[in-house]
Amino acid sequence: MSRIIVDPITRIEGHLRIEVEVEGNTIKDAWSTITLWRGFETILKGRDPRDAGLMTQRFCGVCTYSHYEASTLACEDAFGVKPPPNARLIRNLIKASQYITDHIMHFYHLHGLDWVDIINALSADSRKAVELAKSVCGKGVTPYNCSETHYDAVKARIAKFAESGRLGPFANAYWGNSSYKLSPEANLVITSHYLDALAVSKLGAQMMAVFGGKNPHPQTLVVGGVTSVMDMLDPQRLGEYLFRLKEMQKFVDTAYIPDVLIAGAAYADEGLKGVGRGVGNYLAYGGFPLDDDWTQTLLPKGVVQNLGIENPMELDEEKITEEVVHSWYKGDEALHPYDGKTEPDYTGFDDSGHIKGDEKYTWSKAPRYDGLPHEVGPLARFVIGFAQGDEKISELVNFTLNTTGLPATVLFSTLGRTAARALEAKLVADYTENWINELVANIKSGDTRTWTRCKVPKKGRGRGLTAVPRGALGHWVNIEDKVIANYQAIVPSTWNVSPRDKAEKRGPYEESLIGTRMANVNQPLEILRTIHSFDPCMACAVHIIDTKTKEIKKFKVA
Amino acid sequence: MGNSKDSKYSHLIEKQYEELMDYCEVTMDRMERELPEAKFDLHETLKDYGVSRRDFIKWSSVMTSALMLPKAFSPMVARAAEDFSRLPVIWLHLAECTGCSEAFLRNSYPNVDDILLETISLEYHETVMAAAGYQAEENLHEAMDTFDGKYICVVEGAIPMGMKGKFLTLGPKGKTGYEVTKEVTKRAAATICIGSCSSYGNVQAASPNPTNAKGVGDALGIRTVNIPGCPPNGVNFTGTVLYYLLFGALPPTDGLGRPLWAYGMKIHDNCERRAHYDAGEFVEEWGDEGAIKGWCLYKMGCKGPYTYSNCPKLRFNDRMSWPVMAGHGCMGCTEPDFWDAMAPLEKPIADKPLPGFGIESNVDRVGAIATGVAAVGLAAHAGASVWRKGGEEEPKKGKAKK
Repeated sequence: MSRIIVDPITRIEGHLRIEVEVEGNTIKDAWSTITLWRGFETILKGRDPRDAGLMTQRFCGVCTYSHYEASTLACEDAFGVKPPPNARLIRNLIKASQYITDHIMHFYHLHGLDWVDIINALSADSRKAVELAKSVCGKGVTPYNCSETHYDAVKARIAKFAESGRLGPFANAYWGNSSYKLSPEANLVITSHYLDALAVSKLGAQMMAVFGGKNPHPQTLVVGGVTSVMDMLDPQRLGEYLFRLKEMQKFVDTAYIPDVLIAGAAYADEGLKGVGRGVGNYLAYGGFPLDDDWTQTLLPKGVVQNLGIENPMELDEEKITEEVVHSWYKGDEALHPYDGKTEPDYTGFDDSGHIKGDEKYTWSKAPRYDGLPHEVGPLARFVIGFAQGDEKISELVNFTLNTTGLPATVLFSTLGRTAARALEAKLVADYTENWINELVANIKSGDTRTWTRCKVPKKGRGRGLTAVPRGALGHWVNIEDKVIANYQAIVPSTWNVSPRDKAEKRGPYEESLIGTRMANVNQPLEILRTIHSFDPCMACAVHIIDTKTKEIKKFKVA
Repeated sequence: MGNSKDSKYSHLIEKQYEELMDYCEVTMDRMERELPEAKFDLHETLKDYGVSRRDFIKWSSVMTSALMLPKAFSPMVARAAEDFSRLPVIWLHLAECTGCSEAFLRNSYPNVDDILLETISLEYHETVMAAAGYQAEENLHEAMDTFDGKYICVVEGAIPMGMKGKFLTLGPKGKTGYEVTKEVTKRAAATICIGSCSSYGNVQAASPNPTNAKGVGDALGIRTVNIPGCPPNGVNFTGTVLYYLLFGALPPTDGLGRPLWAYGMKIHDNCERRAHYDAGEFVEEWGDEGAIKGWCLYKMGCKGPYTYSNCPKLRFNDRMSWPVMAGHGCMGCTEPDFWDAMAPLEKPIADKPLPGFGIESNVDRVGAIATGVAAVGLAAHAGASVWRKGGEEEPKKGKAKK
C-alpha cells in the first residue's frame, strides 16, 4: 500500500489536498483536506445585517452571486419582508446568467482537460472532426463554430504551443495517459470549444452585469429587493440581456451538450462501472422561485438515499447537522481564535508529511443529513427531480439515456455528474426567457416596484436556503440589537468535501474515489476527473469558524 | 500650463518627454535582448482573431492615452505589446475567492487586451493549469529557475500571518502561504498584487482579522504595485504590465501603491450622477422616484467621494455596467480596510457610528479617506529602476504621505 499526496488539486476554486492509499493501482482509501481558513463568521459579528450579503459574497468569486442571494434571503427571513415580483424575477435573471456561465466554464476550463487530451488533438483529421460534430448535433442542427478551416486553425494554434516547448498552463501534464479515451477528432472538437467557451463566458458575465452591475460580485441585491430599476425599465437593457442569453443557449445546444454526449460515448464504460459513484445519498434545497412564496421552484427540493430513485423523500431541515471530530476545530469552547489560544484546533501534518487521517485533518466541517453524508450539486438535483417525476428533468434525462443507449444507473457516477451539469445548464437556459416575459408583463400591468420597504429589526433570526450551481446552500443569521450576533453557512462544497464523521463515514469526495483504478499512480488523472466532477469550491466550503462550535450542530428553523 | 508652444515651460516638458522616449528605447532594447523568445507572433495571432493591423494601431493609441502618455508614444506601446507574449508570469493564489482570476480571464472580448492576456506566458496558475500535485509543483520551480529575476509575480489573495502562517498551506510539503510567497516574490522582477486581498488584506483582514491576514507588501515588507478592487477591472492589470514592458519599471503610483493612471481620480469626479449630487437630488430609499430617475446615491451609502478608481470610466464587463449605474452606491472596494471604514455600506459616512469594531484608528482612517488622502507618493517615472525589496521606507497604508 502506498500513500499518494495530490496537493495542489488544480482547476478548482481554492486550496484542496487529496491523499489516497493505493494498493497495486487501485484506490483503497482517501482523505480530502482543505488547507485554508479565513474566519468570516467572526468577522460578520457586530455588523449591520444589510452588509452581510456583499460581505458573504466574497466567500467565492467563482460562485459569485450565490452567497449574495442566500444571505439576502436569510436577512429577508429575519426582517420578515418579501421582495416584490419584479425583484424575484430580476434575481432569477441574474442567477440564470450565473448558472449557465458557471457550468459552461466548469466543463471546459476546469474539468475539460481530464477528459480531453489536447496534444492528441493534433493528430486529428479536420474533415472527420466536422463529421463527428455534425453527428452528435442531430438533424438540421448546425454545430457550434464548426468547419474544416476552423479546426485546422485550432490545430495550428495548439501546434505552436507544442513546438515552442513552453506549454504555459498546459505544461507537464498527463497527455498520452492511457486513461484518456477520446479519439483525436473528438479531442479536437472539444478543444475548439474550450477556446470558444472563453469568449462565451465573457458574454455570460456581461449578462449578469446588465441587472447585477458587474461580474464577478454584482452589487444590486438589497434586503427587500433589487436596485437595478433603471435597467429594468430600459428596453435596450432587456435586449442586451436577451440576446446574450440566446447566444449562450446556442452554445449549450450546439457545443456543450453534444460534447458531453461525445464524452459519454467514449467513457461509457466508466459510467457503467459506476466509477466515482460516492455515497449514493442526494440532497437539494430548491431554487429559482416561480412564485413569490417559493411554493414552486424550477430546481427541485428533496432527498434521495441509497440510490433509491423509486423513493424520493421530503427535505426535513431539522435533520441537518455539522460535526467537527475530524476537522481542525475544538469542540465546546467559545474562544476567539485571534487571542492566541488553541482555537481553532489545528493539528497539522504527521512526521512523514501526511495528514493525520485518524485524527483531525481538514478545515472543512462535516455536514450530515439524518446522520449520513449526502452529495449535493446538479446530479443531486437531477436524481431528485427524476425521482419526483419532474417533467422537464425527466425529459432531459430520458433524452440523454435514449441517445446514448445507457441505463439510468449511469447517472450515479463521475460521468453522470458531468452530464447532469450540462443538462442543468440547458434546463436553466431554456426556461430563462419565461422570466423576461413575466417581467415585461408585470411592468406592462403597471407594477414597477423593485423593493419592499423594511427596516433592520432590533432582534430576529432567519435562514436562506437556495440551490446554487454547486449544490444546496444555506445561510443562517441571528440579529440582536440591530447587528449580527451570529452567522452560519453550510455551503454545497462543504457537504461534498466533508471529512469523516464520528461514525467514520467518509464524505462524498472521499467515498467517490474508493475502488478507482489509476492507469499510472504517478499521474493523478483519474483522481482529478472524479473530484472535478463535483465542481469543487474550497473557499466556499471553509468560510467560517463557529466559535461556539459543538460537536454536533443543530439548525433549528423558526 | 503655458499656451504658447515656445514657452520655457513647454520646452521643458518636451525635453522631459524626449528623455523619457530615449529611456524607453534603451529599456525596450535591453528587454528584448534579455527576455525569453516570444511564444507567439502577435500579428499572426491577431490575424487569426480577425483583428486588422489598423485595429491594433487604434488600440495602441487608446492604450497610450489611457496610460497618460503623449501620442508620440503610441508606436512604443505597440512595440511593448509585441513583446508582451514573452513576459513570463507566475500567479499565486493565497487567502482569496478567485474573483480576480475570474475577472482577469473574462475581461474584454474581442479586442486586443484579450489577445494580449492570452499570450502572456502563464507559467503557473492553479485555476487553469492542466497539471496538479507534484507536476504542478515542478512547474512552479522550473518557472522560477528558468526565468529567475525575469518573471512577474502576480499575487491574488492575502497572506494569513497568524498561527505562524499555518492558516494556509500549499503544496505537498504543506508550506505556508507566507513561505511560498516570500520565495516566489524574492526571485521575481516585480510583484503585482491583483485585487484588494493581496493589496491590503480585504475581507479576511476585516475586523477583528482572526487570521491576522495582511496584504503582500505589508506581510513581506516588499514593494508591490497594487491593483485593488474587489475584484478590479482586468484592464487595470493589462495597462500596468504594459507599462512595465515600456519602462522596465512599474508605473507611477500613489501612496498606496496604486497606479495613478487607473486610480488617480475619485469615483465621484467621473460619476454620471454627479450633476444630481451637485443639484441636491438624492435617492432616499430603494426604488423611489429618484432611483428611477438616476439620482445621486450618496444618501444610500455611496462611497464614491472617498474612493479612487476608474469604474465610472471603464465600468465592468466591457463597459456593460457598474454599481452606481445599476442603482447601488459604490462601496469603496479599492480602498484599504473598506469593510470597516465604509461600513455600514448603505449609510453615508456622515452617519457612521464611530465607536466601531474595536479599531483604535477608526476615526483617523475615516477622516483620512474622507478627505481624499491617498497622496501621491511618486516613485517610478523615467530613470527609476525596477522595484525590488527594500529601498525607500514603505509608505504606511491608509495614512497621508505629506
